Amino acid sequence: MKSREKILSRILEHQPESTALPFSPEIQGNETGSLQIFTEVLTKIGGHVYQPGNLNIMKDQIRGLFPGKSRKITTLSLFSDLADTGWTIQSPSELKDVEVAIIGAHFGVAENGALWITEDQMKQRVVPFICQHLVLLLEKKEILSDMKQAYSRIGDSTYGFGTFISGPSKTADIEQSLVLGAHGPKSLHVFLLD
Amino acid sequence: MNHSELARDFNKDEQRVDWHDETLFWIRNKRDKAAQAIPEWEQLRESASAIKDNVLSGLHNYLLEFESNALRNGIKIHWAQDAAEHNLIVHSILKASGIRQMIKSKSMLTEECGLNAYLEKRDIEVIDTDLGERIVQLAKEPPSHIVLPCIHKKKEEIGTLFHEHLGTRKGESDPLVLTAAARENLRAAFLSRRAALTGVNFAVAETGEFVVCTNEGNADMGAHLAQVHIASMGLEKIIPKRAHLGIFLRLLTRSATGQPITTYSSHFQKPREGQQMHLIIVDNGRSAQLGKPDFRNSLKCIRCGACMNTCPVYRRSGGHSYQHAIAGPIGAILAPNLDMEQHADLPFASTLCGSCTHVCPVKINIHEQLYKWRQEIVKKTGVPAAKEMSMKLMKNALSDPALYRLAGKTGRFLLKYAPFTINNHFNPWYQQREMPQAPETSFRSWYLKHQK
Amino acid sequence: MKVGLFVPCYVDQFYPGAAIASLQLLQKLGVDVHYPLNQTCCGQPMANSGFEHLTLGCNALFLKNFQAFDYIVSPSGSCVLHLKEHLEVPAAEQASLQMRHKIYELTEFLTDILKLEHLDASFPFRVGLHLGCHGQRGLGLAQMSEKVAPFFSKPLKLLNMIRDIQLVELDRPDECCGFGGTFCVAEEAVSVKMGKDRVADHQRQGADYITSTDMSCLMHLEGILKRNKSHIRVLHIAEILNHKDK
Repeated sequence: MKSREKILSRILEHQPESTALPFSPEIQGNETGSLQIFTEVLTKIGGHVYQPGNLNIMKDQIRGLFPGKSRKITTLSLFSDLADTGWTIQSPSELKDVEVAIIGAHFGVAENGALWITEDQMKQRVVPFICQHLVLLLEKKEILSDMKQAYSRIGDSTYGFGTFISGPSKTADIEQSLVLGAHGPKSLHVFLLD
Repeated sequence: MNHSELARDFNKDEQRVDWHDETLFWIRNKRDKAAQAIPEWEQLRESASAIKDNVLSGLHNYLLEFESNALRNGIKIHWAQDAAEHNLIVHSILKASGIRQMIKSKSMLTEECGLNAYLEKRDIEVIDTDLGERIVQLAKEPPSHIVLPCIHKKKEEIGTLFHEHLGTRKGESDPLVLTAAARENLRAAFLSRRAALTGVNFAVAETGEFVVCTNEGNADMGAHLAQVHIASMGLEKIIPKRAHLGIFLRLLTRSATGQPITTYSSHFQKPREGQQMHLIIVDNGRSAQLGKPDFRNSLKCIRCGACMNTCPVYRRSGGHSYQHAIAGPIGAILAPNLDMEQHADLPFASTLCGSCTHVCPVKINIHEQLYKWRQEIVKKTGVPAAKEMSMKLMKNALSDPALYRLAGKTGRFLLKYAPFTINNHFNPWYQQREMPQAPETSFRSWYLKHQK
Repeated sequence: MKVGLFVPCYVDQFYPGAAIASLQLLQKLGVDVHYPLNQTCCGQPMANSGFEHLTLGCNALFLKNFQAFDYIVSPSGSCVLHLKEHLEVPAAEQASLQMRHKIYELTEFLTDILKLEHLDASFPFRVGLHLGCHGQRGLGLAQMSEKVAPFFSKPLKLLNMIRDIQLVELDRPDECCGFGGTFCVAEEAVSVKMGKDRVADHQRQGADYITSTDMSCLMHLEGILKRNKSHIRVLHIAEILNHKDK
């Protein structure tokens, strides 16, 4: 017998009598989460939240944040005047010198400041992790209140890879001193647009 | 050395014990605040616990469901009966692609399996990328905590290690500077390694995807840059539905560090184009544990570490005193399942205060299992003859009122039989505590005189 | 209502004052309380060491001694919890399992059964309450800090009835003292460190007395206090609740 069969047969022999599953994922209403809580939570964990009013103000703010000539990439054609939209690569490590990445997010979650992003928004999975600074774009109306709503929104969609990002990369492994910028982005900027 | 002896060593530096205790208790307090902010916290724990009970009761079919969905997603599935088989599988995957260097994000399972040492013996270099794990790896020590691997280390000690291995300035101990040095050093590794191993926090049967949670982003940096991604998973990590993540992700990090969620909660559903994605389902004693009704629900553990942070014994004895990949209260009920004789000391390294059980986000009855392991250990592995004799003498006296009173008269029964009442320096009670003073009469004598 | 007083072995032997105060307090409140003379121990010292199988004789004796009572009251949360969870006599299974429901820790009996609202007692000192873990988390004498649930505390409710008492607030109101039965000698270093840290907390708050529903915790803390020549003293909660004006 192969290991798989041995393991499975031991489990079948040992598992207790079936117990009920308590929680059925009922479909939530379109209840929106609080913008204020989302902003507070995300700010507290080291993120920056902006409400620029319109796209041009947003672009000015991004230029102000990252004035240098370092490599900026985006997956949104909206920002072709700010960052490279035509980038193609053979290997993800070619993105090692990306200073700023500007990408979209599906929705945000008020209770924990997390934003849901899927592979199609990243183009390359490593983008939101390898850049030094990450800029995320979110529609204001796309803020949900909690993770239960988040998963009813995600539903049974297929994404290859998807991730919740909540703040900049961080560590507190040295004497519990919080340091932003462990291996991923050193800063996270979330722009909320109407 | 057993837990008690190692804990005695740890306590030789009292200031350090205070520092360790206060740091962990601070995290326990952060957990309390995060939990208090969720009014439905106790219902969440109840739901999480019930989902995990359901998982254990239907594990066979859930694993099959997960496997078929993951295969459809293009993930290669491997099954390992024990640590040795797990390590062999990792090695063969690397060998097949001619890879001699691998980076790894946090996986307590690979600690349990001793993977690093195994691969190093076969000339394969492994670099741990979680900062805390990297630090203990450089120090050639095991992690002392499942979430905070180097919680026992002071920044000056880390500074010395980094000076030696990463070339930071001598005497540098600023966490900002040290973290930046590690970032730069490990970035080079991320960019050059062709294989990355990660752990698994949750695997969803319904969708065949798995979720990995980190704050640093190291699992993602590894997995998305490497050509080969290997994920190692204990077979109990299955959850039935994707929507259940909505419960577990609310509980996990709040319980662990008091954060509302980890910075990254990454859902791996399919390999990247051109990438190999392997997932190893590991048993290593878990299916046997499933057959022990008193102990099976320790398999519900989601590895948040809350029981360690709250444990007054762990905080004052340090993770290494447990001599197991998983320390603290949960380690003390998991370890005897793997080798009861070797870990016979652990269930006794507790006052049974019960705090662990009540912080546990999946409601594992940890302190009750510690009690039950004690009974098992005494029955099955035997105890020192002297202890058994004193217990039997105690039994005889306590079952027989006349004998009990006679013993009491000849110098207070307990002064004779209780383990802490011999008034000399060989008695551990007396080393740092005064003896209770024997009063003139027992309560019974007083009662007979005054109330009868 | 006929009540049997169970006096744990170490209280009988070392701290008769706690048992005397418990008895007198119950009598003062008009309870028909009796002390069965052939009692010994709850069996916990053996069971917690992994020798539950040696407690059968103890259990049988307990059942015999207390069968005649409506309630069994004891000034020890730890012993009561052990009995409520483990009292079992194979030859009289039903009776022993039913008895578990009749066993009460003293402060729980005063609050839940006697529904005490007033007490004629005074204690003009600064007092810190040490919550024994078995009483608190096991019996639910007070809300634990681990849980997200409304606060309550049966021992505090009673102590607040005492005139002139000043209750101090602790930095860690429900951390274990480190006694833990044989843990106190098997894990001497950690046990003592835990005890020292508890003592230091009470000391920081300026307590004159440490009180508890469990004398075993207090015995351990007293050993540390005395060794360090501290002026803080320990008293079982019954001794405070039964304290009269001079």
